[in-house]
Amino acid sequence: MPIDTIALEKAIKRAIPVTHLEIEDQSSGCGDNYAIVLVSEAFQGKTTLARHRMVNELLKDQIAQMHAFSQKTYTPAQYDELQAKASS
Amino acid sequence: MFRTSIYSSFRVLNRSAPSAVLSSRLTAYRLLSTEARAKIANAVKADPVVLFMKGTPAEPQCGFSRAVVQILDLHGVPGEKLKTYNVLADEELRSGIKEFSEWPTVPQIYVNGEFVGGCDILIGMHQSGELETLLENNGVIPKAEPIEGTTTEQTLPETKDKPSA
Repeated sequence: MPIDTIALEKAIKRAIPVTHLEIEDQSSGCGDNYAIVLVSEAFQGKTTLARHRMVNELLKDQIAQMHAFSQKTYTPAQYDELQAKASS
Repeated sequence: MFRTSIYSSFRVLNRSAPSAVLSSRLTAYRLLSTEARAKIANAVKADPVVLFMKGTPAEPQCGFSRAVVQILDLHGVPGEKLKTYNVLADEELRSGIKEFSEWPTVPQIYVNGEFVGGCDILIGMHQSGELETLLENNGVIPKAEPIEGTTTEQTLPETKDKPSA
């Protein structure tokens, strides 16, 4: 059963406050390979490992059905800094 | 950059064998036996750097595994300090390591018995300089001599003029 981006988005937004979310389907449509960029204040004070574990847990059912899953996790402050760097 | 290549190699497999996907899901839910758990626990502590990957360093079978091998190579992790396990050659290990680490994907990297993360984390740590520090502090690679007159990347966020809120 392929996963769709809407299901992923719902699962994430149901669980944590989301400032920014990008979901990229890299599977050419069959739905088993996703890369996400997730910005949330829920990541504040957590290591990258802890953040990834958190996302892995809340998308547990979906990730089990995918071939590949890649994530980038930022706090709102980190993401702003990243955007500022990218545009300068 | 490597995602398209891994994808193409697996697409054929998925399409022709939907039952394989289902059976791997079922095994993922099976409880890890005490014996298998002990075997993995010993393995992650037996070598300074332990990598669970798809394929071998010479012939990685997945782009994410390839990326991790390349990063470790880039940092000069010596072969005698790195032990790799090919999860594709061992179905019990393939499902077992996910449960052991409580991590849903492969590759997985351990340094001195501590779980570091998967491909995304390793790439991030490589870019931020944390990986080099981790490998140095664990005696995997010799400490680099600081080059005078240059600013290292790790100090950049702290040297900003604006105090953070």
